[in-house]
Amino acid sequence: MEKSGYWRRGATLAVTAIMALAACNPTPGGTTPSASTSAAPAAQRGAGGVLNILYWQAPTILNPHQATGTKDNDASRLVLEPLASWDKNGQPLANGLASEIPSVANGGVAKDFTSVTWKLRTGVKWSDGTPFSADDVVASYTYQCDEKSATSTFDVCDGVKSVTAKDPNTVVVTYAASQPFYFQWGVGFNSPILQKAQYANCLGAKAKDCPADLKPIGTGPYKVNTFKPGDTVQYDLNENFRDPNKPFFKSVNFKGGGDAASAARAVFQTGDVDYGWNLQVEASVLKPMAANSTLARLLTAYGSSVERLLLNFANPDPALGDKRGEPDTKHPFFSDIHVRRALAMATDRGSVATQLYGDGLAGKATCNLLTAPEPMNSKNTDSLDVCKFDLAAANKELDDAGWAKGSDGIRAKGGVKLKILYQTTVNSVRQSTQAIMKANWEKVGFSVELKSVPAATFFTNTSPDGANHFWADVEMFTNSGDPDPTSYLSSTASCKQAAGKANNWNFGNYMRYCNADYDKIIDQLRTETDSAKRNQLAIQANDILTKDVAVIPLITRVAPTPDGVSKALKGVDPSPWDSAMYNIADWSK
Amino acid sequence: MGRYVVRRLLIAIPTLLVISFVIYAILALAPIDPLSQFGADPRVPAEVRERIRDSLGLNQPWPLRYVKWVTAMFRGDFGVSFMSHSSVGDLIAQRLPNTLAVVGVAYILGVLMGIPVGMISAIKRYSFFDHAATTLAFMGFSVPTFFTGLLLIIIFGIKLRWFPFIYSSTLQVHDLASLGQQIKQSIMPITVLALFDVATIARYVRAEMLEHLPLDYVRTARGKGLMERFVVLRHVLRNSLIPVVTLVALGVPAVFGGAIVTEQVFRVPGIGELLVTSIGNGDIPVVATVVFIFAVLVVLFNLLADILYAVLDPRIRYS
Repeated sequence: MEKSGYWRRGATLAVTAIMALAACNPTPGGTTPSASTSAAPAAQRGAGGVLNILYWQAPTILNPHQATGTKDNDASRLVLEPLASWDKNGQPLANGLASEIPSVANGGVAKDFTSVTWKLRTGVKWSDGTPFSADDVVASYTYQCDEKSATSTFDVCDGVKSVTAKDPNTVVVTYAASQPFYFQWGVGFNSPILQKAQYANCLGAKAKDCPADLKPIGTGPYKVNTFKPGDTVQYDLNENFRDPNKPFFKSVNFKGGGDAASAARAVFQTGDVDYGWNLQVEASVLKPMAANSTLARLLTAYGSSVERLLLNFANPDPALGDKRGEPDTKHPFFSDIHVRRALAMATDRGSVATQLYGDGLAGKATCNLLTAPEPMNSKNTDSLDVCKFDLAAANKELDDAGWAKGSDGIRAKGGVKLKILYQTTVNSVRQSTQAIMKANWEKVGFSVELKSVPAATFFTNTSPDGANHFWADVEMFTNSGDPDPTSYLSSTASCKQAAGKANNWNFGNYMRYCNADYDKIIDQLRTETDSAKRNQLAIQANDILTKDVAVIPLITRVAPTPDGVSKALKGVDPSPWDSAMYNIADWSK
Repeated sequence: MGRYVVRRLLIAIPTLLVISFVIYAILALAPIDPLSQFGADPRVPAEVRERIRDSLGLNQPWPLRYVKWVTAMFRGDFGVSFMSHSSVGDLIAQRLPNTLAVVGVAYILGVLMGIPVGMISAIKRYSFFDHAATTLAFMGFSVPTFFTGLLLIIIFGIKLRWFPFIYSSTLQVHDLASLGQQIKQSIMPITVLALFDVATIARYVRAEMLEHLPLDYVRTARGKGLMERFVVLRHVLRNSLIPVVTLVALGVPAVFGGAIVTEQVFRVPGIGELLVTSIGNGDIPVVATVVFIFAVLVVLFNLLADILYAVLDPRIRYS
């Protein structure tokens, strides 16, 4: 099975939003960060006072490999660094332990994508003053990728054959097979490097009871002073940080708890905090609050999270018994391209974007399945007829194809009626989206039955009501890909990835779409080394899915959801691909 | 009396064992899952989840887990939190000072203010003061704390900017300035909680006093020519307070249990907040321990209330 490194972030976030009472919180006893002493252009180490960060979910552990959520990843990122970070364009950024980014051109990446050679920075020290070396990277890999450590970041170990130290400043990551996403291990929030000495006694079964998880020693700009799990982390600047001018703040206060609405007030209205995470507040409240604020601004970044409609190409009829929804069956009417095109033309994504996603606050309309990185975001789709909401055109398409309206207003042909079962998760935005779709689709002669399933049931391979079985005609959720889209595109729609009984519904092509042209492009993506050509291939793959109406993309979603940041804070440059704290060493006032 | 106390304490042991079993059984059978934090994130696939589940010991049968938990607790080991990998004892020790500083202080204030308010209300029955106190008491009872909390935050935290609405547990009181900060950040949650406590106690004291005021012994005391103040304080109040003492003693365990809603609203990292986030996270060792400690306190303070009752009212004899 191919690993699809993507998130069903929509569902995850929505669920989190509803359930989370969590924690956020902030300022230490009312001390406000003092402004920098002068208007010195270059940030000076420790010139700033306290930086106040507020998360409404409180960090509970500071080892990202044992993390249970973004809060833990982010809180540990001030201390622990990966080899490199992901920048906002989905490109690796050498702000971590590596001195440069390996590439095919500089010889760091093998031409067959099976190994990556990382050159490490020299002279880097851990915050306890001991030297950092390639041995630490290897030990960190050993810890993370030992099954017995039961790390939550284990997924990036999948397919990694070894990580070895060539010399004290060189590390070689080898994959078992060609891996076009060759930065899978080593870059971003899933691969921070732990100190070998500190974790020597925390390997394997001992990993679950390891005091180091509460006070990790790192190479990052800050070090942990006090950590109260579920409440606050206080950091001091790391005197041993490699850049003598950084970090700017003397200390950081990372408070957790409370609710998103009052966190938003603390950022925009009182200025008690400099950075407020994930302000999931109703658009009608958040938008004016941010617009009227002299203190802070909203940060929005778009990644590859796309809310989409999938059309079933297999036949979900329960009468088929064991054959129900299997890849070798044919859908009674979606196998007709005209029906799919008509459905796409009757899809009003514009109204969904303005009414339900705050018109850019939480998301905006898109007709691409692959929206990021930006060079791979197709510009060809906007002009397509299937991307325009046009009920008349949809009606005409069905009339021309011979689907005639019956006395009940439902179109039929050869005894097959256009009756759709449309499923998604239980979530108020999704149910509103369903209502908008149903109203329009019924106008062109479909009959639409709506179904909503709790997220925990929907996103499993075991449930007959789940997205994976897809025993319905249309389904809707959000998914996203890695900075390299190969596995995302492949798992979503290639023939070999069709979900069914044979693979226990573990494969990612839930709609059982199969198109030889598409698969050919994916195969080229696996071997192409030229980045401009890779972008072209990705766009071609995306365009096929849109034109052929295998999927109907709806909304590209803000990822992460909007954060609020003080206008005085400089250097914040959110990346949808990495932790919100990935470049905190560069933050200043 | 001594034998009575010993007997009660001995009965408490099987009671608590049964309670611990029920708590653990409910938690084990309830659909809460420590791995639900990962949501549907496919970056944590099924095999990885299974491995984490295994490492947390969740694949053992729950009666076995219960026996391990109970026996460890007898040795003073409360287990390790699933979420933070730190000992549950440490987590509670970190939270308790915050809860006592806010919920405890509010309770003390509530008692100290509730008794005189109830007393004056009873003596000056149907006066302006009585009406005002009754109205406030009903408001204190009936308006939920999440509403009063938000109201205070919006008025005093955001509009007037008098008080911070984000409680800092890292503030250390070492001089007058930091004491001032501590008072400023505690004032809103304490007000919210004390309002409720004052209301409860004042109503209770008032009712008790009204019951005693027309009794014969009061008339006798007055007839002896005692000053009214003496009659009220020495005789009526003293007798009326006997049931109030019980009420106050029984309320103490709730103080240690923290204030779930108020702590959440003001971001006070106390026991109540720990409990509610641990339930959300499916952190069974923390939930079980906090609830069990709460049960122990309830049992102990019930006993204490009974003993106090006997001490204060010589007519009551336990044997």
